[in-house]
Amino acid sequence: MNLLRLLNRKTFPHGIHPPQYKEETHDKPTRRLAFPEQVILPLQQNIGAPSIAIVRKGQMVERGELIAIAAPDKLSVPLHASVEGTVRDITLMPTATGPKTRSSIIQTLPSSPQIPVTGEQQDYRQMSREEIIAAIRDMGMVGLGGAEFPTYAKLATSMQHDIHTVIANGCECEPFITTDFRVMLENVQNLLLGMRIVMKAVAAEKGIIAIEDNKLEVMTALQAHLPEDGSIKVEVVETKYPQGAEQMLIYSLLGVALPKGKLPASLGLEVINVATAAEIGALLPNGQGFIERTVTITGDDLENPGNYRVPIGTSLQHILDETGFVGEEAELILGGPMMGQPVAFLDTPVHKGTGAVLVLDERATPNRNVQPCIKCAMCVEACPIHLNPSALGLLAYKHRYQEMQEQFHLNNCFECGSCSFVCPSNIPLVQLFRVAKAMNRERKLQ
Amino acid sequence: MAKHQHAHPVVDLRTSPYIRRAPSVPQIMRNVVYALLPVCAFSVYLFGISALALMIVTTLACLLSEQFFCRMAGKKSTLPDFSAVITGLLLALTLPPGFPLWMGALAGIIGISMGKLLFGGIGYNVFNPALVGRAFVQAAFPVAISTWTPTLAANRFSEFIPSTLALPFMTPAPTAEWSQTVAIDGFTGATPLALMKFEGVMVRTSDLFFGTTAGSAGETSALLILLCGAYLVARNMMDWRLPAAVIAGTAICAECFYLLDPDTYPTPLFMIFSGGLMLGAVFMASDMVASPVTPWGIVLYGLLIGLLTVLIRLFGGLTEGVMYAILFANAASPLLESFTQPKVFGDQ
Ligand code: SF4
Ligand code: SF4
Repeated sequence: MNLLRLLNRKTFPHGIHPPQYKEETHDKPTRRLAFPEQVILPLQQNIGAPSIAIVRKGQMVERGELIAIAAPDKLSVPLHASVEGTVRDITLMPTATGPKTRSSIIQTLPSSPQIPVTGEQQDYRQMSREEIIAAIRDMGMVGLGGAEFPTYAKLATSMQHDIHTVIANGCECEPFITTDFRVMLENVQNLLLGMRIVMKAVAAEKGIIAIEDNKLEVMTALQAHLPEDGSIKVEVVETKYPQGAEQMLIYSLLGVALPKGKLPASLGLEVINVATAAEIGALLPNGQGFIERTVTITGDDLENPGNYRVPIGTSLQHILDETGFVGEEAELILGGPMMGQPVAFLDTPVHKGTGAVLVLDERATPNRNVQPCIKCAMCVEACPIHLNPSALGLLAYKHRYQEMQEQFHLNNCFECGSCSFVCPSNIPLVQLFRVAKAMNRERKLQ
Repeated sequence: MAKHQHAHPVVDLRTSPYIRRAPSVPQIMRNVVYALLPVCAFSVYLFGISALALMIVTTLACLLSEQFFCRMAGKKSTLPDFSAVITGLLLALTLPPGFPLWMGALAGIIGISMGKLLFGGIGYNVFNPALVGRAFVQAAFPVAISTWTPTLAANRFSEFIPSTLALPFMTPAPTAEWSQTVAIDGFTGATPLALMKFEGVMVRTSDLFFGTTAGSAGETSALLILLCGAYLVARNMMDWRLPAAVIAGTAICAECFYLLDPDTYPTPLFMIFSGGLMLGAVFMASDMVASPVTPWGIVLYGLLIGLLTVLIRLFGGLTEGVMYAILFANAASPLLESFTQPKVFGDQ
C-alpha cells in the first residue's frame, strides 16, 4: 500500500503536476457556437468499422437525421446529420487521426432554426438491459474522453462480468481543458440519469462520480441531487496528471492496480467518461442521435476562449473565426497539451471524441536543444506505469526496439507524456517510444 | 477581429507533449554551481587566497580542456552546459588548500579528458570526472595531496601558502614550518580522520559540523554543505535520496563497529561529519550521470558508498575513503541498475 493512500488522500504513485492553465475557461458557461456553413462528417469516428452512408448527394437532411448506419455484425456505430441542410458530397477528407477518410459533407440550410428531430420516447426503467444497450448503439455513442470506442460494445462486454460499480470519470487531468468540468456543473440531471441508465445496463449497484480536487464546485452542484439511498457518490481524488487515465483512477479510488491487458470489468468496474454519461442521459429519453458536444476552445491568441456546444463536423477554420484567432501562426491541437493530436489542415473537423481545440503559441514549450540523458531519474519518478524511460530512451537511440519490449515493457507505456514533460535533456521520449512500437509491430507482421 | 479567410497549413507540427517543465540541463548545472559557491566562499574564508587561486586554476583547466577536446572532435562546444565548471569547483574542494597550482591544473585536465570526454562527454561518463582527476593526482603526488595547512591563518589573505606557487615538476616548498608559524594553536598538520586513525584522538563533532578543522578546501563545513544541498533539493534539481542513502550507509556501518568496540572505533556522528563525506554525499555521489536511475538502485548505491567509506577509513591504508568508495560505486552503478528495474504498475 502506498504511503499516500495511508494518509487518506486518494491518489496514485508517481505522475506529474503540470501547470493547469484552466483559468481562461473554468468559469465560462457553455455557449452555442454559431452554426458553420457546412459540416464534414467522417463516416468513421470510432474504433472499429466505418458506418455506411444511406443518403445521396443532393438529398435534404434534417438535423439529427440518420445519415449512415452501423456496419452490420461489426464493431460500428451509426452517424447522424449534425445540421439541417443538403448533402453536398460524400468524399475523402482529411481528419485529425490519420489518413483521409470518406466523409459526408452537409451544406447548412441558412434559414433553418436547427431544431433536432426526436425519435421514440423511451424510459430506461421500462427497458431491458439489451434494449438499453441497443438504444445507446443507435444514438451513435462512443467514448467522449477521446478513446472513441463504441460505448454499446463496451457495455455489452461488461454484461459478461459481474459489475458492481460504474465509475464516471470526471478527472480531466489535461491542462487547459474544462469540457468535462462544465458538463458536470451544467448538466447535473442528465449526468445522474446517464449514470442510472449505464448502471442498469451493466447491472451495477453503485455509481461513483470521480473528480479531481480542483473541481470541488461540482461536488456542491451535485450534492443536493444525489440519490438518497447512497447508490451514487462523488469521490474526490488528487489533482495530478494522468489521474484521468483509467488504471490510475481505479488505483486512486480503490487501491488496486489494473493489470496490463485486463479490462476494468475484470475487477467488477465499468469506467465511463462523464460527458458520455451526460449525453446518454440527454439523448436516450427522446431517442435522439449524438450530433453535438461540448468543446473547450482555448489557448493563446484567442479573443473569446470558452466552452462551446459545437456540432460534430465543424471545421477548425470556423472555430478559429468564431472565437477570434488573432495570432499569426500557432500550433493547433485536438485535445490537451499532454496527449493531444496535432492538426495540419484547418478544414479538419471536430469529431465525436474531440473534447478540446487548443491553440498553442506562447505557452507551448519551444523545441529545445536535445542533450544526452544525464540519468537524473526524473522520468523514472514521473512514469505512472513505473517503467524506466531513461533506459528505454537509450535503447531507442540504439535501435534496440525488441529489447525495449522484452526487457523494459515498452508496450505497457500508454504515451501519457509525463517522462518527456520532466526530462531536462529534452529527449523526445514519447516520440521515440511511438517509433519503437511501430517498428516492433512491423517486425511482427513480417 | 482578424479573420483568416484562407485555409493554410500550420507549419510547426510536433507531437505531444507540447509543454515541458522548466529546468533544462544547463539550468540544473548552473544551480549546482550556485549551490557550490557558498561552500567555495567559506573555504576561501578559511584558507585565504591560496584556496581561491586553486579554484580558479582547476576550473579554468576544466573549461579549457573541455573546449579543446570539443574543438578537436569537431563537436559543438559543450561549455554552455556548465558541467565543466562543477567539475572544476568540486575538484578544488577535494584538494588540500595549499596544493600546488600546476598539479591542480593537471588534475583538471585529466579529470575532464579521461573522466568525461573519453567516454563521450556529458551523459556518458561512467565516473565522476572530478574524482578521476583527484584519483590521478593522489597517485602521482602522494605527498602534496596529504599536506594540510591550518585554517584561519592570520596572513591568509595577503600571502600564498608556500607550496601553492611551486613550479611544475619541482618539489613544493615544505609547509610544515610555515604552518607552525601561522597556526593559532598547536597545529599537527593532520586532519581529524588522520588524528583518529593514527593517534586515536577524536576531534569534537561540533567543530566538524561548523567546519574549522584542517582538511581539504571543501570538506570542512558539513552544515554549510547540507544547506546548499537542501537548496538544490528544494528546487527539484537534486534527488535527496542519494545523499540520504550515503549518510545512512555510513551511519549504519559506523554504528555497527562502534557497538562492537566503542573505544577503538569512532562514533557514527564523527564518521558522517568528518573528512569529505558530506561533500561526497551531497555533491559527488549525487552526480546524476554516474549513479543509477532506479529507486532501489539509488538506495543501494548510496548505502554502498557509505559502507565502503567506513571500511576504507577504518581498515585501508588511506585516511580518507570517500573518493574511492564513490568511484567504485560509479563502476557498480550499471550493475545495480540492472537488477533493480522497477516493478511495472499492474504486474503481480
Ligand atoms: S509516456 Fe510511457 S514511459 Fe513515459 S511516463 Fe507515460 S507511460 Fe511512462
Ligand atoms: S529525465 Fe531525461 S535526462 Fe533524466 S534520466 Fe530520464 S531520460 Fe535521462
